[in-house]
Amino acid sequence: MNAMRQPSPGGPGDAKPAAAPAQGKPDSAGAKKGGPSAGNPARPKRSRRSRTASEWQGKAYTLICVAILIVTIFSMVFFVASKGLATFFTNGVSVSEFLTGIKWSPDGEPPSFGALPFITGSFATSILAACIAAPLSFCAAVFMTELMPKFGKRFMQPVIELLAGIPSVVYGFVGLSVVVPFLRSIFPGQGLGIAAGAIVLSIMILPTITSIATDSLSNLPRGLKEGSYALGATRWQTISRSILPAVLPSMLTGVVLGIARAFGEALAVQMVIGNSPHIPRSLFESASTLTSVITLSMGNTVKDTVQNNVLWSLALVLLVMTFVFVGIVRLLERRARR
Amino acid sequence: MKKTMLVLMTMVLALTLAACGSKANDNGTNNAAGGSELSGSILAAGSTAMQPLVEQVSKKFMADSKYSSITVQVQGGGSGTGLTQVSEGQADIGNSDIFAGEKFKDADAAKAQELVDHQVAVVAMATVVNKEVGIDNLTKQQLVDIFTGKITNWKDAGGKDEKIVIVNRPSSSGTRKTFEKYALGTASEDLPGNIQEDSSGTVKKLVGETPGAIGYLALSYLDDSVKTIKLDGVDATADNVKSGSYPVWAYEHMYTKGEPNEIVKAFIDYMLSDDVQKTDITDLGYISIHEMQVKRDEAGNITK
Repeated sequence: MNAMRQPSPGGPGDAKPAAAPAQGKPDSAGAKKGGPSAGNPARPKRSRRSRTASEWQGKAYTLICVAILIVTIFSMVFFVASKGLATFFTNGVSVSEFLTGIKWSPDGEPPSFGALPFITGSFATSILAACIAAPLSFCAAVFMTELMPKFGKRFMQPVIELLAGIPSVVYGFVGLSVVVPFLRSIFPGQGLGIAAGAIVLSIMILPTITSIATDSLSNLPRGLKEGSYALGATRWQTISRSILPAVLPSMLTGVVLGIARAFGEALAVQMVIGNSPHIPRSLFESASTLTSVITLSMGNTVKDTVQNNVLWSLALVLLVMTFVFVGIVRLLERRARR
Repeated sequence: MKKTMLVLMTMVLALTLAACGSKANDNGTNNAAGGSELSGSILAAGSTAMQPLVEQVSKKFMADSKYSSITVQVQGGGSGTGLTQVSEGQADIGNSDIFAGEKFKDADAAKAQELVDHQVAVVAMATVVNKEVGIDNLTKQQLVDIFTGKITNWKDAGGKDEKIVIVNRPSSSGTRKTFEKYALGTASEDLPGNIQEDSSGTVKKLVGETPGAIGYLALSYLDDSVKTIKLDGVDATADNVKSGSYPVWAYEHMYTKGEPNEIVKAFIDYMLSDDVQKTDITDLGYISIHEMQVKRDEAGNITK
């Protein structure tokens, strides 16, 4: 999940300007050393040996870092999978009961482990959050790149990116103190529920979707816009008929990344959703997500018991869903390139 | 330039790895040095409800000149985590809200046998309702009916016409187990539409703000924002708990694996000393273990 969170502010574009000067420096330093004596501006006069040595050093360092990363990722997946699968192999809980059961009472007599309420809760909150956040983000991106680029770049973009830096417990507390009483006063029910969770999440994923949409809009070839103006189209016609269709696939990438981020968010959602292990009958009734049940119960259960293992199974479901989201993003990117 | 960067990065990496390694060594090992002065480190992990208490006492303990070379680290994580860690030897003390035998069941029952129980305080829980509900007493039967969903409106329990909203704890929570065992006398199902929160602060906030809400809180959390109600006519006060007339309370346990070593024993004895029991424990809303006139065993049998 963390890897997913990272690209949101600035995105992969950030890496390039940082890397460029680093590459440039050794070159210029080498040119200075070799330059005056040889009078040859092209390549520095370094012995072949030291060059291969430094090549080798760099390669080794990179390899070590990559190896650490790969080992970390694989051991995490292995750890979650081995614990999560123990529920089914060691404790004998049936997979179909786990995925489709609607009764969750791990401490009951007899215990039952139906995770469907959490799976539906997770999907409902994150997709609803994306439905709220996507139009807002698209409009913000269009505003920042097409309508008022100067004001947008200087003022709005930093403000929206600021949203990404607010800790999730703050979102949760604001949700509990503002959104929940507000919903309670308007709609029937206690205010806690999927609607409250989705509203809080939609603000949290706003920066992810907005920055990806802004990037894709500003990367559009200028000819597209100018061609449209040349045909006599108005500004709005240009935006709606030629710009938006062109960036739609990359915008969808942003939406899926936003959903993935919402899917994995735990604390803020847990504070406002009510955490009842049932499929709610309305958006304003207490519900649960995969993450909220894990954070609520993980500390209270004892390692290697079925109550603990089943929480790891829920984590495994989360992990698998994240892989699915990454897969969708890959597909969309391939389509966008075509 | 490039080389400096490389060296720097390698050093950072090495340091990070080294830091990880040394931390792993520190945990669990106690070099209880002989001689008059005790030194070493203690790791106490577990119950978040007990964390403020243990933290406060540990600060006072470390400030005491007699124990100045002992360091006490306190971590949260929940009762289950605390019991797991002490049973695996990662922590020296496992803080728990409930008896180890209630967590380690069936196949794991042997693990509970290895652990030695040190009861350091008593925490009592009161049933609280939203102020607008208009009742100040519930019988045990009414409480059971509310938490099992037989009564869904306050008018059936003598209050005004308002839907009952249950603010419960997650089913794995020690607080909920205590409440179910001693207030309800039966396990309760999670009803559709009820709310579950793990943190007492959130429970208090929700009960205070949600019309028709009912929940339960430790005595230290009670204030004017919620209405504390009597159970079968008995007030939830420290005195009633001490005399045994109010039944909803639980011990705060500090578990060690086997008999504690010298320094851990010093800390637990300090926790049980009159000084700490009369000041810190009472100040934080717990009840001193020495003032209890009744005792309870794991099965719930009460003896005078």
